[in-house]
Amino acid sequence: MAEYKVKPRTRDTEIVRTTVWSAGPGCHGTCGVLAHISKGKLVKIEGDPDHPWNQGRLCARCLAMTQYAYHPDRLTRPLKRAGARGEGKWEEISWDEAFSLIENRMGGIKKEYGAESVVFSMGTGRDISPWLCMLAYAYGSPNVMFAMSGNACYSPRIAAVETVLGDYCVPDAAQWLRKRYDDPKYRIPKCLVIWGYNIPNTCPDNIFGHWFIDLMKRGTEILCVDPRLTWFSSRAKHWLRLRPGTDGALAMGFLHEIIHGNLYDRGFVEKWTNAPFLVRKDTGRLLRASDLEKNGSPENFAVWDAAAEKTAVWDSGKADYVSSRPKAALKGNFSVALKDESRIECGTVWDAFCEEVDRYPLERVEEITRVPRKEIRDAARFYAQSKPASIHWGLPIDSTPGITPTAQAITALWCLTGNLEVPGGNVVARNAFECVSYALPGAEGVIRLASKEDDRKRIGIDRYGPFRKFIWRAQTDSVLDQIFSGKPYPVKGLWMQTGNLIAGIGFEPRKWKEAFKKLDFIVAVDLFMTPTTQYADVILPAATFLEKNGVRSWWVPLQSINKAMSVQGCKPDVEINFELAKRFDPNLRWDSVEALFDDILKNSGMTYRELQEKVWVLPPEGNSSAPYFRHEKGLLRKDGRPGFSTPSGKMELYATLREEWNLEPMPHYEEPPFTPVSRPDLAEKYPLILSTGRRSFAFFNAEHRNIPWLRELDPEPTVEIHPDTARSLGISDGEWVWVENWLDRQKFKAKLTIAVQPQMVMAAHGWWFPEEDGAEPSLFGAWKSNANQLIPMGSQGKDGLGAPLKNLLCRVYKVHE
Amino acid sequence: MEKKKTKPEFGLLIDYEYCTGCHACEVACAQEYNHKPGIRGIKVFEVEQALPGGREYLTYFPFPTETCVLCPHLTKEGLDPACVKHCMAACMKFGRVEDLAKEVGRKPRMVLWVPR
Ligand code: SF4
Ligand code: SF4
Ligand code: SF4
Repeated sequence: MAEYKVKPRTRDTEIVRTTVWSAGPGCHGTCGVLAHISKGKLVKIEGDPDHPWNQGRLCARCLAMTQYAYHPDRLTRPLKRAGARGEGKWEEISWDEAFSLIENRMGGIKKEYGAESVVFSMGTGRDISPWLCMLAYAYGSPNVMFAMSGNACYSPRIAAVETVLGDYCVPDAAQWLRKRYDDPKYRIPKCLVIWGYNIPNTCPDNIFGHWFIDLMKRGTEILCVDPRLTWFSSRAKHWLRLRPGTDGALAMGFLHEIIHGNLYDRGFVEKWTNAPFLVRKDTGRLLRASDLEKNGSPENFAVWDAAAEKTAVWDSGKADYVSSRPKAALKGNFSVALKDESRIECGTVWDAFCEEVDRYPLERVEEITRVPRKEIRDAARFYAQSKPASIHWGLPIDSTPGITPTAQAITALWCLTGNLEVPGGNVVARNAFECVSYALPGAEGVIRLASKEDDRKRIGIDRYGPFRKFIWRAQTDSVLDQIFSGKPYPVKGLWMQTGNLIAGIGFEPRKWKEAFKKLDFIVAVDLFMTPTTQYADVILPAATFLEKNGVRSWWVPLQSINKAMSVQGCKPDVEINFELAKRFDPNLRWDSVEALFDDILKNSGMTYRELQEKVWVLPPEGNSSAPYFRHEKGLLRKDGRPGFSTPSGKMELYATLREEWNLEPMPHYEEPPFTPVSRPDLAEKYPLILSTGRRSFAFFNAEHRNIPWLRELDPEPTVEIHPDTARSLGISDGEWVWVENWLDRQKFKAKLTIAVQPQMVMAAHGWWFPEEDGAEPSLFGAWKSNANQLIPMGSQGKDGLGAPLKNLLCRVYKVHE
Repeated sequence: MEKKKTKPEFGLLIDYEYCTGCHACEVACAQEYNHKPGIRGIKVFEVEQALPGGREYLTYFPFPTETCVLCPHLTKEGLDPACVKHCMAACMKFGRVEDLAKEVGRKPRMVLWVPR
């Protein structure tokens, strides 16, 4: 450990090195920090200069930790509801009473209705996801829920990329390397595409936003895709200012330009993708070995061997051809004999893919996206000709029901341009040292359901393919429906851990409020009272990251959260959940939290104590969680063969899994459901495009409104309106306005800005007012400036993913009218 | 008699091309001095402009206020001031005015503050 000179606040100050993750700054980041502790109290926090992730830097929210940790409104005693739900009357109880009460009530529900009748819900989750799973699974319920409609934050993108690539990818900012940008293996990207992301604000998605500024200083040029003016877009070489929600069409336009301009890496296409696989013209589906031979496997595929003029079979299990390597044709029509000796016509995946892409000439893409075709052409060429180039995308990709085909198109971009697994490109992100804490469906995590059978009852799994393969959560919209319908089984209990459904993550929050009323028992675990905790029967006070031990293996580095101090009365989430998990499952596999951490860390060869000493460890080269070129080295597949861990072993331009799920297998564009194009009738009444969800540098979503140093930076809920639009509506800067659509109307302060185009407005999200009365009807002012009241539930895509939170419609008018 | 003014010794050099308006500097200072809300050693301003030729540009501009004392308790020990240390874009530099004055011309969009 390198010595960093620090100046302790006082002589008796002890400095604890730890990792940021969970309540506090609220982000998903991985910053290393030094906590200055004096007499058991945090007196100062600073970034750890020796940590490769943040290199000493730290954001406003983390620097405000002293105000957060010792906030007078922190919950410090378990509370039991004393009045009606929402009445704001509470009785303090001891932890023991709280645990016993919960054990009894939840035990009763399990006995009467089955464990699946309790849903375990979270917001961003952060470090608590595994512990939430641990508790749910120990109780016996598969229903862990990320409470956003269409699960529309990150897991759709991750699932989409895994569908075609077997792994997820992130932009390479040398985060795997000790010396970062100075490592000789690393290349600075010539072009970085920032697609719908204002990432310096709050580092969403486990990426430190300011890395991209580091890269710009080192020569990276930016290609920005964003309807809004952002710091990046104003500094971009190319800025494509698209109509919100049309990202999929733009990506298809890029593919069009790249394929027709012959700017793709043909070698990669032939060798690593399923482009040469044959597609049956009669069914439109992939030709399988089982179509060709009596004993052929339906999991194996076929290509046309141009040399032998016959089909050759690809063995997916071995990720290789069955016999010697054929000269696989990339294009053409072939007459193929099936096992019953009938003949069918087949084409190639590549031809089918190109045919799909050909539906998006730039004229059409311009019409859909409203970006001039010349700008699209120039940008696409710049991306394709920059080596290396990298793409980073944000939540807007998840913000349409067409998320998966959009993500497929963008993934194809980084694959076809030869930017996969190259330094400075898009590289596979795996859990450090393959330490997997909670179970993904199909994968064995350390924390898992007692049997796979139990997973069958997970809400949404029967209807939505990705939930069977990549997403371990319940489908949120289906959960809400099921609370009301009671079908196929009743939902009776809700455990909500650090997620604010009413003011933060739930769309149509009044529906959620009604749903709460239908439930027999609700537990909330949180650090502060929120509009949502008001509906709980029991509230348990949780801890910030400074008050807990934890592990983090989500990508790299492998890290420990080291307890630096405690706040009297509060308990870390992991300890709360562990205690109850033990009560629900006497056979719980670990006898202490430390034993659980040790188990998670097994693959790293380190114990928790050893990791705590080091705080963070980067996986060495050659480990499957460290780049580069892992598909060539056989580091991505369990069998050690080159290729990918997809069903075919190839990068799939035509997604086998989507075919199995009876969904379109190839990328394409789907117009979102509530746009001026899809709903001209609504647009007549609500002529402005309504976007929400832009990040504030001061807050993490619905958090931090009560932290004085932060609230001061962004004191009121604003709606961004273009000055011309505002003028035509008679609205002046700083004036309160109604933003209204068919669901509701909400009050925002007009911010006149050229950041938005005249036809759209951007309303801030996550607003409630901790300074106001918490009891109903006020509910901390949760009903007055809550953008989520204008977003419908139930608009998820065909695969259960995506929600239209950035491409809705509204009208705006002065409050006094 | 003319009031004797001490000659400023130290300053802050800011490369505002890269300042993202993240406000970390503000809160770093607030933490270091436990400032009450409303008091900031440094304040970040936003300037957005439609440029001729149809481009738009967003600039953030950190400005050390009357409250900035340049963190002598840290700099005396060879450490960076709290704001400089935490600047997320690493676009601030503390130093002797004459050294920073030489650097200010290194590239465009720089500003040298000499708060006291
Ligand atoms: S938001 Fe970014 S800078 Fe702040 S703690 Fe999280 S990862 Fe670190
Ligand atoms: S130099 Fe010190 S006193 Fe001045 S703004 Fe920065 S942190 Fe505050
Ligand atoms: S910390 Fe740095 S990047 Fe952030 S606002 Fe201050 S000067 Fe700008």
